[in-house]
Amino acid sequence: MAIPPTTDIAHVIELTLNVNGSAHRCVLDTRTTLLDALREHLHLTGTKKGCNFGECGACTVHLDGQRVNACMVLAAQADGRAVTTIEGLSQGETLHPMQQAFVDCDAFQCGFCTPGQIMSAVCCVREGHTKSDADIREWMSGNLCRCSSYPQIVEAVKAGASAPNGGQ
Amino acid sequence: MEPFTYARAGDVQDALKRFGERTALLAGGTELLNWMRLGIEHPAHIVDISRLQDLKGIESIPGGSGLRIGALATLNEVALHPRVANDFPALSEACLKAASAQLRNLASIGGNLLQRTRCPYFRSDEVLPCNRRVPGSGCAARHGINEKHAIFGWTDDCVAVQPSDPAVALSALEADIVIESPRGTRRVSAADFHTLPADDHGIRKHNVMDDDELITSIELPWAMPNSAYLKVRERESYEFAIASAAVGLELHGGVIRKARIALGSVAMRPWRLSGAERNLQGLAVASPDARRAIEQEFAAARALSNNAHKIAIARNAAWRALQLAAQRAEGGAA
Repeated sequence: MAIPPTTDIAHVIELTLNVNGSAHRCVLDTRTTLLDALREHLHLTGTKKGCNFGECGACTVHLDGQRVNACMVLAAQADGRAVTTIEGLSQGETLHPMQQAFVDCDAFQCGFCTPGQIMSAVCCVREGHTKSDADIREWMSGNLCRCSSYPQIVEAVKAGASAPNGGQ
Repeated sequence: MEPFTYARAGDVQDALKRFGERTALLAGGTELLNWMRLGIEHPAHIVDISRLQDLKGIESIPGGSGLRIGALATLNEVALHPRVANDFPALSEACLKAASAQLRNLASIGGNLLQRTRCPYFRSDEVLPCNRRVPGSGCAARHGINEKHAIFGWTDDCVAVQPSDPAVALSALEADIVIESPRGTRRVSAADFHTLPADDHGIRKHNVMDDDELITSIELPWAMPNSAYLKVRERESYEFAIASAAVGLELHGGVIRKARIALGSVAMRPWRLSGAERNLQGLAVASPDARRAIEQEFAAARALSNNAHKIAIARNAAWRALQLAAQRAEGGAA
């Protein structure tokens, strides 16, 4: 649900969101989260709103290269920092290796959690937390999948980890 | 969420100056934002301290084996720092067993200690009787669903537990919390940081912090490579503890010279087994006497209507964490 607009200038912030390499100047209610800024203001709806409480991981994005829950970050906190969303992974029509791995491994059913899973998986590889299935399960545990595609997700993360540039 | 103004603090002194009526400091945000969504917190002013570089470093304390951790170091930064992983494994494990990878990239170690002592009644969407949320409204958990609640130090006013994992490790590692305010700097032992209903302020406070104070760092006085953190949960990862135990150990030839044991998720603060710590001195670490020394501490445990099982789980966790720390001690000596 979008936050009702405020009319008080004290409750508005002007900021720059650097998303997927493009700078966006925004004027936002201070209460706006990074998640809502991406979805409602920049219309990048690939990042999903699941619980809005930091519990499900559907809103996972990269902030200065690290995976975070976009619902737990105020847009104001992301001012001037580098944000990468699922829309920023592919090179034109060429999927990112981790996106391709999720397709190849059939690592989703409804697909709602998938953007968050993939954003988390890219960092999981980058961080080196793919040494074993148990390692992957532990370091991917912040991304819930209500369809329970977990075995396929582990396979996809493994496949993405072994692909060139899987963690880039 | 109610409207608020947003400002960034330039440095610690600037942050301290900005304290005032209905002002909240924002660090990782992983707790504050949810309390604001639930209407439990409703600051009119937010001061963002998350960019204060001075509070982010992790550095050795000169002249010894101690370590100073800036309050804004994230849980993942703390856990994966080579000195923490090597010299304070209990703290590394406690951080890694907290929350999820994403939350650990946001959550600060200082903010983690400031987590509210709470329970599902406190944080429910619908406002239920909870003396911590609405003073005087009662405690729905006292005779309600209380299987995850306290077994030590509770009163009829509140039976919630402090949920922090790192706090348990910091208590066993004898850490100090360094706190800054307009009145200067003070240091509080991690073991005394969280407050109990029996303390002066009852349950109006969760910890010793005054409204105008800021945690700047956490100091670990000496390396404790022979330490361990064990967390017992209903599922393997990304879950609060049923009970946990942190142990810091000095061992000589299998005999305990010094043991520090703290339990998590059993009380409103990490619960130190002080009597056992004294009685374990001079005992063989795996001996029946050592086991008895730990078990004796649980005579003081008081179960609620649904959580008697936690007494056995916490007792076994303390024993297992002691043996785990002992294995590291022997491995370290070899």
